[in-house]
Amino acid sequence: MFSSRPGRLEYMKKSRLTGLVVFALVVLAMLFADSKPAYALPTGKVMAIPAFARKYGLPCSACHTAWPELNNFGQVFRDNGYQLMNDRDSPIWQNPSYFPITFRITPNWHRETANHQVIDAPDGCFGTSISNPCLSVAGKVTQSGFDLSGMDLWSAGTLYKNISFVLLPSSDPTAVWHFEAAWVRFDNLKNTPWLNVRFGRFELDNLISEKRFLFLSNNGGIYQIYHFNVPGSSNNFGYGDNQIGVELAGHSVNSYTRYSIAVLSSNEGGVNFTTDVVPGAPPSNRSYDVNLAFSQAFDAKSLGFERIGAFAYIGQRPTYYETADGGTVPLVGLGNKSFYRVGVAGDLYIHNLEFLPLFMYGHDNAYLGTSTSSQGALPAGAQAPSFAGGFLESHYYLNPQNVILGRFEKINVGQQSLSSNPGNYGNVTAYSLGYRWYPIMFSRAGVALDGEYSRTKSIGIVPESGDGTGAPPLFPTDGVWSSSIFFGIDFDF
Amino acid sequence: MISSKFVAAFALGSIALLSVGAGVSRAQSHVDTPDPSLGTPSVNTEESHIGNLTGHALEGKHLYRRYCIGCHGPAGDGNGMNAQWIDPKPRDFTEATFKCRSTPTGTLPTDQDLYNAITRGFVTTNMPSWRPLTEQQRADLVAFVKTWSPRWAKEKPGDVLVIPAETPVTIESILHGRELFQKLECWKCHGPAGHGDGPSAGTLTDSKDNPIRPYNFSTGTRFMCGETNQDLYRIFMTGLDGSPMPSFHDTLQGNDPWDLVHFLRTLQVSLPSKENDLWRSYVASHGKDIKPIGPDAANGGQ
Repeated sequence: MFSSRPGRLEYMKKSRLTGLVVFALVVLAMLFADSKPAYALPTGKVMAIPAFARKYGLPCSACHTAWPELNNFGQVFRDNGYQLMNDRDSPIWQNPSYFPITFRITPNWHRETANHQVIDAPDGCFGTSISNPCLSVAGKVTQSGFDLSGMDLWSAGTLYKNISFVLLPSSDPTAVWHFEAAWVRFDNLKNTPWLNVRFGRFELDNLISEKRFLFLSNNGGIYQIYHFNVPGSSNNFGYGDNQIGVELAGHSVNSYTRYSIAVLSSNEGGVNFTTDVVPGAPPSNRSYDVNLAFSQAFDAKSLGFERIGAFAYIGQRPTYYETADGGTVPLVGLGNKSFYRVGVAGDLYIHNLEFLPLFMYGHDNAYLGTSTSSQGALPAGAQAPSFAGGFLESHYYLNPQNVILGRFEKINVGQQSLSSNPGNYGNVTAYSLGYRWYPIMFSRAGVALDGEYSRTKSIGIVPESGDGTGAPPLFPTDGVWSSSIFFGIDFDF
Repeated sequence: MISSKFVAAFALGSIALLSVGAGVSRAQSHVDTPDPSLGTPSVNTEESHIGNLTGHALEGKHLYRRYCIGCHGPAGDGNGMNAQWIDPKPRDFTEATFKCRSTPTGTLPTDQDLYNAITRGFVTTNMPSWRPLTEQQRADLVAFVKTWSPRWAKEKPGDVLVIPAETPVTIESILHGRELFQKLECWKCHGPAGHGDGPSAGTLTDSKDNPIRPYNFSTGTRFMCGETNQDLYRIFMTGLDGSPMPSFHDTLQGNDPWDLVHFLRTLQVSLPSKENDLWRSYVASHGKDIKPIGPDAANGGQ
């Protein structure tokens, strides 16, 4: 363990110094790379969004600050049901050979590290015997190499004037597919942008979207707070996960004011009456959740465009199952207990510098928090867990083709599900730093080179992200540091 | 704690990536595309004035690159990468010829005209409404658009058309407007019923010899340059420069323009309006007396 090594202080000083020097080099490199900025770049090829660019002929930077993140023009386009509200919206204007499909995948090299993992000692238990048994010890697990991301096969557009759709089959790197999103939306009902109804599986109306953000690494590629649940909880809810249901949404003409009210199955976006989109998931219950979202934008003159918003998700999850075959086959989730998430967020600009702050508070019923059936009694010391946290993400747009990224995240468990748990059990701290360069932004394709470093510290639990193979540490007071280094070629056709 | 060697590896990778990026970017910039500032020496000084807003071309250049370059092109000549797929073709800013103006035909538009065009978009083209941009951003874009042609340095915008108060909508006004529609031969392009299918419709080209279709009143609820009666008045009084649509400023006198506006509204059959109500009522009671529009009427026959 690092802290037990002699000379730790000196090592840390050296490490910090090295880090500072290296950081300075990176910044210098970024500056050097753009010493002849924006207008020396291939400006005539600043185009993307293959599916929609093919239809409208707009550059991708028209709708995206840096794809896939939307700017306000893109938000209005999306809010209008993928329509520009001119007479080119109906499919009748499309070339018969046009088909609204885009695919995206990211070949990459990455390195994942997590310390304080429970591993066998000696390595692989080679040479162990009864007298020299294989032991579980805390150790660091590191893996690196070339890899693939999952793949999105995205289709979206209009079926008719004011009827839009999305179909998004998505696979993991091993080509196991599921429907990440699939919906139909009836837009501008009663000829007003304030009434739109969407039906299907979709992302919640998050002011800060996790589906269209710029980080790709294992640790940096999710917002921790969007998936956090207090240790020991049976709640599987993730605010960043797509949900399934019906949504009433509306917006002003320029989308400065937006609202969304969604009624969703209490099954984490699961299909086939289960709690997931892949086979073998537990059955869902029969209840419904509600998500409310509102945001308001302001024209801050020369500073740019500022948006603030608030959201609330009120849901239920089962605590036991109706079963068959002697309790071995779960049929329907029962014993629903409630939880909620509330928060505020913003999208704030100071010229080319964008800040994305978010704060969220979460609360679960004690039965959910302790994974206890509501038919039985709560364990001693059980209490309704709560947590609070958020992140501050920043983007600096050197120009539409180069963006520097940074993010800090912090989650504190306010009340543990068991009073005997350490007070900081489950706390998370995360840092991410990245750079994306879009050398090609044609109307038919886009390529982004992505470099990231991301680091997460979680107390007593496996990180929400990591490489997905991590395990809780030996002791709940141990902090697990998980880091990702990522270089990828993100392409979209 | 992370090992310093991996931080160093990350840093070196970043440096390599960025250095390659810089090199490739520079190479591409010289081979493929002109710099948007080429031929626009006024980019550092050009301004626009819209109400209390002052737009700056230098800021507008950034925005042009982000939003406009795909269609209007890196040289502002309407030859962006996507122009080949677009019909009607994108505006060529180097000619400084604009359809939607409040100024006489052949003159430069006002800054407000350009601002309105960017804000409104053009419903019958690929040009969307850029209302989602901030007011300052739109003002900056106006300033930058004015850097593409030397005309902006040599000429001033024409005098703004003064639109008198609208006259009452009466059946007499509509009938007189209908006579003007016949007399001025609007039907030759727009068709007797305003469907955009007049005998000349298939032969029309714009100032760059690209085929162009006349406006179809029967399907539209908005016009290229607005949607109000005042907008419609302004369209035919100033003409749409660069298109076959002429200015009727020297032809229409007195209440003629408003009478023509009132009749044109009756061609928008899907749009609820006072003009349509009056006209339908009149047709129901006097249908047999109404002469058709077109060549037969021009010859005096039915």
